[in-house]
Amino acid sequence: MNVFDIIGPIMIGPSSSHTAGAVRLGRVAAALLGEAARTAQIELSGSFAETYRGHGTDKALVAGIMGMDSDDERIRRSLDIAREKGLEPVFTETEIPGAHPNTARITLTGGSGKRVVIEGASVGGGNILVTGVNGMAVSFTGQYNTVLVLHQDRPGAIAAVTQFMAGSGLNIGSFRLSRSHRGGEALMTIEVDGAVSDGLMDSLRALAPVQQAILIRAM
Amino acid sequence: MLEYKSISELVSAAAGAGVRISDIVLADQAEQLELPAEELFRRMDERLAVMEDSVRAGLDPDIRSTSGLTGGDAARQWEYAGSGGVCGGFMNRAVARALSVSEYNAAMGRIVAAPTAGSCGILPGAVVSLLAEGRCTREAAVMSLFTAGAFGMVIAQKASISGAEGGCQAECGSAAAMAAAAIVELSGGTPAMCAEACAIAIKNQLGLVCDPVAGLVEIPCIKRNAAGTAIAFNSAEMALAGIESRIPADECVEAMRAVGCALPAALRETARGGLAATPTGERLRERVFGHK
Repeated sequence: MNVFDIIGPIMIGPSSSHTAGAVRLGRVAAALLGEAARTAQIELSGSFAETYRGHGTDKALVAGIMGMDSDDERIRRSLDIAREKGLEPVFTETEIPGAHPNTARITLTGGSGKRVVIEGASVGGGNILVTGVNGMAVSFTGQYNTVLVLHQDRPGAIAAVTQFMAGSGLNIGSFRLSRSHRGGEALMTIEVDGAVSDGLMDSLRALAPVQQAILIRAM
Repeated sequence: MLEYKSISELVSAAAGAGVRISDIVLADQAEQLELPAEELFRRMDERLAVMEDSVRAGLDPDIRSTSGLTGGDAARQWEYAGSGGVCGGFMNRAVARALSVSEYNAAMGRIVAAPTAGSCGILPGAVVSLLAEGRCTREAAVMSLFTAGAFGMVIAQKASISGAEGGCQAECGSAAAMAAAAIVELSGGTPAMCAEACAIAIKNQLGLVCDPVAGLVEIPCIKRNAAGTAIAFNSAEMALAGIESRIPADECVEAMRAVGCALPAALRETARGGLAATPTGERLRERVFGHK
């Protein structure tokens, strides 16, 4: 903790968990999509479902999806701005069993037809925990540079990626693996210290077991 | 390095060096964050500027919250302050500034969480008032936010600054305690007086519950920000007069933690008790969200 955690952050009100955290969830979804969203379906669970209109959580999520930061004055008008861009977000209230009270599931599609789904919670103070990516269990906060590596579940895949990172001088702060089924698609969630360059991500993608690698920069 | 585990640590470090609490905090934070002190000062100055902007923006009489439940009271108070009111123009304008930032927050305005968004009006109500009315230099005002931040760090580590954990005493109570310390420093008080003011402010909000109508950061949060600024000034005045809290600041913080733990969940931001559960509170919730 430092003094700017107490005198700060600079943010759009009214609530760090209902606005600032929601913006961050939207930003993670946007980073995963990697292109402008054409459609956005947003499912809200728990307290998010009950109070999103009064708190402006809907505006905050859409602002994040459009790449705005949590102190952006345009958040207030984000739904109008989205419409001007041809994005009509659809909100539904749902109940995700066992989820944190402030949970959202965001499904985005881009112009290329690419589709991503993230599930995450706003856990207080503007902090988030992303718990699902494209139906697979993950766990990351967005506070560190996070590398998601989609790969085939087979021996040596993890070693190939971590050895490459070690060779590049990247220190791993946390590592999590999940897979759809034995031998199927698997996902590494790796939080790393320090900067991750585009060139390094390209080299990572060129590794044999890697199908897709995404960098979500620290927020 | 400072640990921010006790207020007495801050007082003895500053008193021992014969400087303001903010001086030792700035130097310490520069060391801990591995950044030049000038850069930290610049960042804090930016936060002060956002506080000033939010004071101005929230005084717009037409401002309304997203829910439509609140807005316009800061302008009302500001106009009334022109008459001098009962307690004088300064105090009435300080209260108006606290209302202003809080109403702007509820209207999705850009604010500085201090320590939280729900309590964001209290510190500007104090520090921006002293600066705007020529009671201190800008340098001193920026520095006083380091003092306020240090007191907040101790409270966050030893008790809580979250309404969901510790009730409103943890949010508006902490903010008032932080602001009281800042006011004392800006008024030439000693580090020990900063701690006394912090203690007195905590004592006056101990047990305050978090009971937001409809779960929104509006009712009663906005008016508690106004009262938080008033309590901060009151506490600072007593400390500057040489009055000491019979219970030391660190023990007040510990009491706040214990009281927070003893609060039932209904009174910790769940909107199931207190003012939220009154007939009018329920009606207002239905107006915003419909029947449940």
